[in-house]
Amino acid sequence: MNKNLSALLGEHNFLLGLPPAHLEVITGCASNVKFDAGETLFREGDEAHQFYLVRHGRVALDIFAPGRGPITIQTVGEGEVVGWSWLVAPYHWRFTARAVELTRAVALDGRCLREKCERDHSLAYELLKRLADVVSQRLDATRLQLLDVYAATAPTGKR
Amino acid sequence: MTSPPTADAPVPAALRVLDRPGLDALLAALRQSGYTLIGPTVRDGAIVYDEIATTSDLPEGWTEEQHGGSYRLIRRVDGALFGYTVGPHSWKQFLLPAHVPVWRAARDGDGFRFEPAAPAPPRYAFLGVRSCDLAAIHIQDRVLLGGTHTDPVYRARREGAFVVVVRCSLAGNNCFCASMGAAPWREQGFDLALAELLSPGRHEFLVEAGSPAGERMLEGLPVRPAEPGELEAARVQARAVVAGMRKSLRTEGLKELLYTRYEHPRWEQVAARCLACGNCTQVCPTCFCTTVEEVTALTGAHTERHRLWDSCFSLEYSYIHGGSVRHSVRSRYRQWLTHKLGTWDDQFGTPGCVGCGRCITWCPVGIDITEEAQALQAGDRSAAPAGSDGARR
Amino acid sequence: MPDPQPDLTLPEVYQVRRVERETADTVTLELAPAAGGPALAYAPGQFNMLYVYGNGEVPISISGDPADGSQLVHTTRAVGAVSAAITRLARGQRLGVRGPFGTRWPLEETAGSDVLFVAGGIGLAPLRPALYHVLAHRERYGKVVLLYGARTPADVLYRRQLARWRARRDLEVHVTVDQAAAGWTGDVGVVTMLLHRLRLDPQRLVALVVGPEVMMRFTLLELERRAVPLRRVYLSMERNMKCGVGLCGHCQLGPHFICKDGPVYRADQIRSLAAVREA
Repeated sequence: MNKNLSALLGEHNFLLGLPPAHLEVITGCASNVKFDAGETLFREGDEAHQFYLVRHGRVALDIFAPGRGPITIQTVGEGEVVGWSWLVAPYHWRFTARAVELTRAVALDGRCLREKCERDHSLAYELLKRLADVVSQRLDATRLQLLDVYAATAPTGKR
Repeated sequence: MTSPPTADAPVPAALRVLDRPGLDALLAALRQSGYTLIGPTVRDGAIVYDEIATTSDLPEGWTEEQHGGSYRLIRRVDGALFGYTVGPHSWKQFLLPAHVPVWRAARDGDGFRFEPAAPAPPRYAFLGVRSCDLAAIHIQDRVLLGGTHTDPVYRARREGAFVVVVRCSLAGNNCFCASMGAAPWREQGFDLALAELLSPGRHEFLVEAGSPAGERMLEGLPVRPAEPGELEAARVQARAVVAGMRKSLRTEGLKELLYTRYEHPRWEQVAARCLACGNCTQVCPTCFCTTVEEVTALTGAHTERHRLWDSCFSLEYSYIHGGSVRHSVRSRYRQWLTHKLGTWDDQFGTPGCVGCGRCITWCPVGIDITEEAQALQAGDRSAAPAGSDGARR
Repeated sequence: MPDPQPDLTLPEVYQVRRVERETADTVTLELAPAAGGPALAYAPGQFNMLYVYGNGEVPISISGDPADGSQLVHTTRAVGAVSAAITRLARGQRLGVRGPFGTRWPLEETAGSDVLFVAGGIGLAPLRPALYHVLAHRERYGKVVLLYGARTPADVLYRRQLARWRARRDLEVHVTVDQAAAGWTGDVGVVTMLLHRLRLDPQRLVALVVGPEVMMRFTLLELERRAVPLRRVYLSMERNMKCGVGLCGHCQLGPHFICKDGPVYRADQIRSLAAVREA
């Protein structure tokens, strides 16, 4: 079972190129999970101790605003990751994650990962490098989203 | 060709001499042939190009004094007919008219139909085309007739035009045609070329045919063959004109350099002076940008599309939904200069500038394209802030 | 006897055969020559100048099926006086058409490759003819993927067609919106994020990208991140156009006349100029 899990982890975009020794170590923190359509992975404000590598399906990240209800700010799909709040104290989720369709993922236990990273800094560096890449891509994407480039412009043509 | 024929070349058989009555006979012959004769004449305190009839319409005894942002007519001590350089007009106003209908449309039942514009334009004879302006005409020929799509308006006027070059006898303060390869003795591309020979007791014109049409126009005119001394006098004059040029512009490597200068601090400096008035583009003999406007009758029964001169200095010029791509004056001046001296070469194979100096004269704040080019060419790195290495660039 | 070199300054009169309201501000028109006969022939990527009587002319990319010679299809968004007038045209009304102008998507040259279409907003319109062509010659290409980002679910174009495309097994379609609305179960986020879903072979791929310049710039960054060489990526550029034939000067970007040297460009050839602010 662990061997299968190791293979699933190894082929995910996020961990591509991770040395096999490290892969073995983090497999110890992994479990195979599935969410039905509509099922919640975690809620905004909950303690964050999981990190999901999405293998199939789609997860919506919602933020709730009174009067506006849950607003989906982003969706995450195959090959992508959900959540890094497990890494950043005080370890609380900033949004709610909800499976939009049947979703399969490998869940990594955040506490387990943190512990392994404290003991092996080279593993920590490998994970942090990849996370930094993910976070920076999300930031680029979020900025582009903010620019609202497809919006109609004012008739005066003012910038 | 940018330099006069060498001293030991034989006098070309085509070189002849006309006296002033002969020149009048030439003008009359042109008009009788059906040409609308356009030449230099004094009006509104400047030497402009307009319809003329005889040599008495020419700016006899006039010259100009031009500086950055300044133009003044002053009297000569002699009675030269062509003793000046260029004024605010160029020949593009006849070949690429500032305002011309392109087509008209009329309502037709539920829809409408198109009709091409316009009556055939007049056949022009241009008297007094300077070398810089001849070079400019050739440049516009390339732009408007040399591509896959050509301009039928320009073509119709250009094909019918008769060009009489008059060689410059002096260089204006703002002239730098020698730097741009458009210097005073161009060998081809005209129908006739004149050089004024004026000395006490003698007022004649060296004349040379540059085409069969030019040759035909000289038939029956009171010409006599030129003597070697006369050609030599003209050559001396031409050399003096080139030597007398005060401004210069170094073109070598300029195109490639401008591609690296998009963020040069000089643009900011010139933008602080530039009013984006577009005078330079109006007087420049090579600027070719146009725009269109729809002119509709109040009843809507008819509408016309007119084509007008446009300028890259206007904010609307680069407007796309959301705003103008070139919003700042800095970007618009940069576009004009980079195009004129740089990208034009990649587009059409020559620089866009002929060194006529008009943009310097007619700029209200006297921005000098040769100075701007020099500033951009200074040093290989973008200009360091003044004082950083002790030298102001 | 028709003029051997047609005067491209004079429009031809076309009649509106059908109007499809795509979104609140965008309309697709199907046009045919008012005098009858076939519509002008064009290649995917090209555009026409559309003229509204007494109003003016704007460049609009052709977004129909190039194999259908009976009509022209144009999807227009109301962003100014003339384009708004175009979106108000009714069936039977006429407009003037000049064209086709511009360069084409390199569809012959890229046979054998995987094809990735990345469309932002109305950028899907100039890509659609290329997609029609690729699907009509499906066996010549490898994997074919469409990534399409719209502002909100209400701004999605060609809805019925997207559904048909999604149903095809030989085409992968992903649609995302920048801002979700209640009831939207699709992707949310910018279209560049959809690139992460894909397994790409950068050396086999050709990408065709159209959208607002900012979106194209970010897309290039993402493609570079995925090791796709920019000479395998093509963009469609846009500038103010008046004549469409390279004579009026308006559409210049550096030495390029976007109307005749473009609008389709290879990304590596235009990128540095496009990155100069206010060039």
